[in-house]
Parts: sequence; C-alpha cells; structure tokens
Amino acid sequence: MTPRRQRMLAVGLALGGIAIAAVLTLRALDDNMMFFIDVSDVVAGEYPADRNFRVGGLVVDGSVEREPGSLELRFRVTDLRCELPVRYTGVLPDLFREGQGVVAHGRMAGEGEFVADTILAKHDENYMAPEVAESLAEHVTEQTAGLRQGSGECNPQ
Amino acid sequence: MWKFVHKLASPPHFYHIAANLISWFAMPGLLLIGYGTYAGLFVAPPDYQQGDAFRIIYVHVPAAYLSMMAYMAMAISAGIGLIWRIKLAHAVAAAVAPLGAWFTFLALATGSIWGRPMWGTWWEWGDPRLTSELVLLFLYFGYMALRNAIDSTSKADRASAVLALVGAVNVPIIHFSVEWWSSLHQGPTLVRQGGPAMDTAMLYPLLAMILGFTFIFGALLLRRVRAEVLYRERRKRWVRDLILSGKGKR
Repeated sequence: MTPRRQRMLAVGLALGGIAIAAVLTLRALDDNMMFFIDVSDVVAGEYPADRNFRVGGLVVDGSVEREPGSLELRFRVTDLRCELPVRYTGVLPDLFREGQGVVAHGRMAGEGEFVADTILAKHDENYMAPEVAESLAEHVTEQTAGLRQGSGECNPQ
Repeated sequence: MWKFVHKLASPPHFYHIAANLISWFAMPGLLLIGYGTYAGLFVAPPDYQQGDAFRIIYVHVPAAYLSMMAYMAMAISAGIGLIWRIKLAHAVAAAVAPLGAWFTFLALATGSIWGRPMWGTWWEWGDPRLTSELVLLFLYFGYMALRNAIDSTSKADRASAVLALVGAVNVPIIHFSVEWWSSLHQGPTLVRQGGPAMDTAMLYPLLAMILGFTFIFGALLLRRVRAEVLYRERRKRWVRDLILSGKGKR
C-alpha cells in the first residue's frame, strides 16, 4: 500500500466515522432537535408539563376572536387532525392570519388551553404574485375546507 | 488531462493562469448581479403574502447557498491537499475560509432582518436551520483561528485540513434540517419535487443572482489564492524573478 493510498484510506475512514457519529448523535437528540411539537402530540398529552414549549400548526379559519379594547385574542391551531385552543396577549407578526402556519411558545393552562407568550408566523415555501394567488384562491379554498370546519380524525393516544 | 492538472497545480503556472481567469469570472458575475438586482427590485412582482419584503431573498438565498458551497470547496481542497500533498490545494482551502465566513454572516444577517417582520423574531435559539448555519460560521472562525495559531505553514495546513473535513458533516445537516425536523424556516423552494414553487418573474432574477454571486465568489477566490500563493512562495526564485522583472504589478 502506497503512503498516498494509506492517507486516502485514513481520510475515508475518518469521514465515515464522523458521519456515523453525527447520525447517532442526531438520532439520540431527535426530540430536542424539533423546534416545535405537533398539535396532535400536545392534545395527546405528550408535552413537557414542567416547562414552556412550542407548538406549531395552522390557524383554523374563522377561529380568531379578539377581545375588544385589548390585545388579547383567542384562536385554534390545527395539524389537520387535532385542534388546540390558544390564548395570547400581545403584538402579532405581519404574516399572522387564518390558514397560516404559526409557532406558539408558552405552556398548557387548565382545560386544555395553551397560553402563549410568543407567537411566531411560519412562512411556507411558495412565492407568487398577488394576482396569481387570487386565481389560485378558489383551489386553495377547496383544499383548506377542512381547516374551517376543523374536521379530521383526532385520535390522540 | 493529468498533465494539465499537474501543470496547473504548480504555483507559478497557477499564478499566471489565474490572473487571466479573474476577469472571465468577474465580468459575467457583475452582469448577472446587475440584471438580477434590477429585475429583482423592479420587474418581479411583490409576493402575495410578504409584499416587497420578500425581495431580500435575492441576497439571502445566494449568500446562504454560497456559505455551504464555499465550505464544500474548502473541505474538498483540504482533503486533496491532505491525500495528494498538493500545496496549491491547501492554499485554496486557506483562501476560501474568510470568503465563506462572510457569505455565512451575510446569510445570517439578511435572514435575521427578514425574520423580524415576517416571523416576529430576530433569532430563535434551538431552531435547527438557524443553529446549524451559526455552527457553520463558527467552523469557519475555528478554521481560521487554528490556521493562525500554528506558525509552520505545512503543519497549519494539515491540522486545519482535518478540522475542515470534520466540519463538512454540518453541511448536509444545514441543508436537510428543515426536512428532518420541525423548523421555523420554510422548506426548500427551488430544489423540490415538482419544480420551484415560485413565479418565473421572481425566479429568473433569483437564478441570475445565485449564478452571479457564484461567479463573483470565483473571481474573489482566484484573487485570494494568488495572494496566498505569492506569500507562501515568497522565498522561491520565480517570485523573486517576477518582482525583479517588474511584471509583478499586474
């Protein structure tokens, strides 16, 4: 074996070892790598009870209720299976709207309500002109019909 | 083919070839960025949700793409230098690092500026995409620091090459972070099944910017490698001849 081949082998083995180590580490950390928890998991009770966490989902169409004269609002988030009521007081990001993805940070209060201290809007990967979006709106309305009715099978556990 | 590669890997030859190549990278790069800037600001329609704020994409995406491409270039050059003991490859790796760090910084800064109005936050700790990109910045910093900490060039080359190769594992993590885990960052728009999820009037300036940034990166890199080669070979005869002949000015 020439020295060059030896070095090639050493570099190859080292890279392979690091890749395997990284995969194992990331797999072990899988839950901690998640930026937010799905609505279904929260409804099923799979969330840390002793600390704040983030829950991510879509704002259910027609579910946003504002308290007149204050910044308090209530809405429901869904992952298209389960729904979770959220209460929040404060300023909302520009992209917050019904049907839009949001990530709420806070904790579960009693009665299965999530009390958020921060609301972040999650953008999707679609970019288009307003006119195109309008012509697509009908199609989208059909697609998100489930969001308005808050339907879908919710079977926690 | 191999003869040409060997010739190119010789520092004096590279030094002269690179001088001619720089403008071949810089000119198309500037043209593409000029077109991309104009079309991105004035031709592309506003986004249906983000309005005009989406236009930061024309800097953010090329910068983020190059931050990862530069790292791959650095790691591959470092690997070639390590295995084949080619000095020029080490010089390339050393020259890439600051450029890559700047593109990473640019990607982080533009993302943060966009994130404040759109997401509602400058920065979110624990988000896999944001965190892994920040780790990339620290890998570049670590690489440069390690290189500067070792006086002997050949030892610095080898030690930093190992670091560059080890850190390469982070690049696929950045790329796939939004698919493997839940993240605030949206999924890929350009490289996805069913083609780019973007209007063509928005897409073409973006592709021009990505290509333009890449060309400019190439031009800057060639310039930096030339300087690096000149410094490393400062005691060699060809450098002395170059300076004495007065042609070193170009």
